[in-house]
Amino acid sequence: MKVKLENLTKRWGKVVGVEAVNLEIKDGEFVVFLGPSGCGKTTTLLMVAGIYKPSAGTIRFDDRVVNEVGPKDRNIGMVFQSYALYPHMTVMQNISYPLRLMKTPKSEMIERSQGVADMMGIGNLMDRKPAFLSGGQQQRVALGRALVKEPELLLFDEPLSNLDARLRLSMRSEIKRLQIDLGITSIYVTHDQVEAMTMADRIAVMKDGQLHAYDTPEEVYNRPRTLFIGQFIGNPPMNLLTVDVSKTNGTFHAQADDLDMIVSAARSEKAAEKNRVTLGIRPEDIKIGEKGIVGEIFGVETFGRDHLIEVVIGDNHIFVLADPELRLKSGSNVQIEINPEKVQFFDRSSEKSLLWN
Amino acid sequence: MTLRKRIFSSAPYLLLVISVVPILAGYFWLLISSFATRTEGLLPVGGLTLKNWSFLRETPFGLNYPSIWRVTLNTFLVAAFMTIVVVLVSSLAGYALSRLNFPGRRQFLSLTLILHAFPSVTLLIGIFFVLRTLNLYNTVIGVGLVMVGFEMPFGIWLMKGFFDNVSWDMERAALIDGASRLQVWWQIIIPTLKPGIAALSIFAFVSGWNAWLIPKTFTIGAGQQATLSVYLQNFQGEATAVDWGAVTAVGLFQLIPVALFFIFTQDLLLSIYAGGAKGGA
Repeated sequence: MKVKLENLTKRWGKVVGVEAVNLEIKDGEFVVFLGPSGCGKTTTLLMVAGIYKPSAGTIRFDDRVVNEVGPKDRNIGMVFQSYALYPHMTVMQNISYPLRLMKTPKSEMIERSQGVADMMGIGNLMDRKPAFLSGGQQQRVALGRALVKEPELLLFDEPLSNLDARLRLSMRSEIKRLQIDLGITSIYVTHDQVEAMTMADRIAVMKDGQLHAYDTPEEVYNRPRTLFIGQFIGNPPMNLLTVDVSKTNGTFHAQADDLDMIVSAARSEKAAEKNRVTLGIRPEDIKIGEKGIVGEIFGVETFGRDHLIEVVIGDNHIFVLADPELRLKSGSNVQIEINPEKVQFFDRSSEKSLLWN
Repeated sequence: MTLRKRIFSSAPYLLLVISVVPILAGYFWLLISSFATRTEGLLPVGGLTLKNWSFLRETPFGLNYPSIWRVTLNTFLVAAFMTIVVVLVSSLAGYALSRLNFPGRRQFLSLTLILHAFPSVTLLIGIFFVLRTLNLYNTVIGVGLVMVGFEMPFGIWLMKGFFDNVSWDMERAALIDGASRLQVWWQIIIPTLKPGIAALSIFAFVSGWNAWLIPKTFTIGAGQQATLSVYLQNFQGEATAVDWGAVTAVGLFQLIPVALFFIFTQDLLLSIYAGGAKGGA
């Protein structure tokens, strides 16, 4: 099923929850709403679910406007962060509840619930109450309950946030695989950009109730259209420096106090026209080398595969991902070199990208 | 364990025992004196007797007065009526006040709180006129309605508190699963609030069972509409000397159901203070 949001807006009095969001989700697509808490992503999801009524705009399922359709008539399934299982019911009763409400014949109800439970790997727990299940098992029950009525749209509201890190990884791939197998259009809300990058077909980045970007993970990562997207996506986050870009002898230089970097000509045209701009460069696009700008190591964080090195140059702190084999120590001097083809430039006042708009 | 440690660890229990002794002594005296002609201190004087319990067979005040069984039935009716109405209305009102946003919600909440704090004595005369106009004066149903009215604010606030503790997600999940609002309320929320509802039922029942002021005010003497507390007062009539033996026997009789109630439900009653519902879930 296709989903289309047109100018979708939610206000409570003067408080704006979601402001004029436009986006279209293709049939079978997995879309992630990503943003910090309070950005309106869950509000948008609850409007799609029919729990909140939009203040303005329309929601279309295929071509049908569903603004006034109650949640029970939308044929959707939803998984919550808190699992939201019914504590007084057994796993079987929880999973079969949607079917019971549809007055499905008992034998079919049991058969379908058992089928879904087996698929989720909890088929042997049918007589347990939720209190006697682990977090991961509870989440599977919640997923089973959402799937049992064969919905046309699946909604996820930060479903993995309450799980421990290891389980989160395995559930992540499990949900993704399940979604691909079943081909159900899905909307997944999260504040975890790694989750978004790994699972999404397309990511909708939201902030302060507004849609900042709606594109594939690669695009959002490599071509951030606003400063916020650049900052929010990527871990460790992008370095940001205030620089002047100028052209001397055919090469572009980005300069700030004690820094002078050569930057890609193709990327610097617009930036050179401005007085001062924000330069963004990801930690993995900076090399510790033999030449380049000299700085002092301020701190070293162990990431396992990499070390995150904080280098101080004048007033600027720059984070660099480096090979642990280099055995860098705080207090020593290093030289860093940025990849000139990977710099981003943002306007200082509008915070919009000077490359991708 | 050293002797010193033993003394220290048993000290709290010792204190508890000491503080409970006077209360137990009271009950013990009640029991003894209901089977004794006379008591001196805690000891019966003049042998044991069943005379005090004769009210179970015959009415002690002559034929115009109701039998104890009629009075017990009245009391039970008031208490049961109160339990049913209070639980039903509070759990609906509590849900609405906790979940739905309607104009006047805040005002309604503060008004109920004021009513809860209102000294009921000041309302007695007004209520008397209302009951007389409605032809409900000196009826069990009239007493029941007034009792319900006074208990309701407490019930509504209590239930609202319980509903506030139910996660919104659970309710939303049920709506998305295909339930109507009423189905959500009845199939999902009410079952998770069982301990709270049980506790409220017990509170309402006991407060109906033990009520004295309202039944006394809105029924005539110890007539056919009397409840146990009012009936009990007849033994302390002004014309004759107080028959303490009979008073204790009737008091004990009235106490039995409540005591049984408490013994079997004290776990539930304690959960009322724990914020309810989440227990075991």
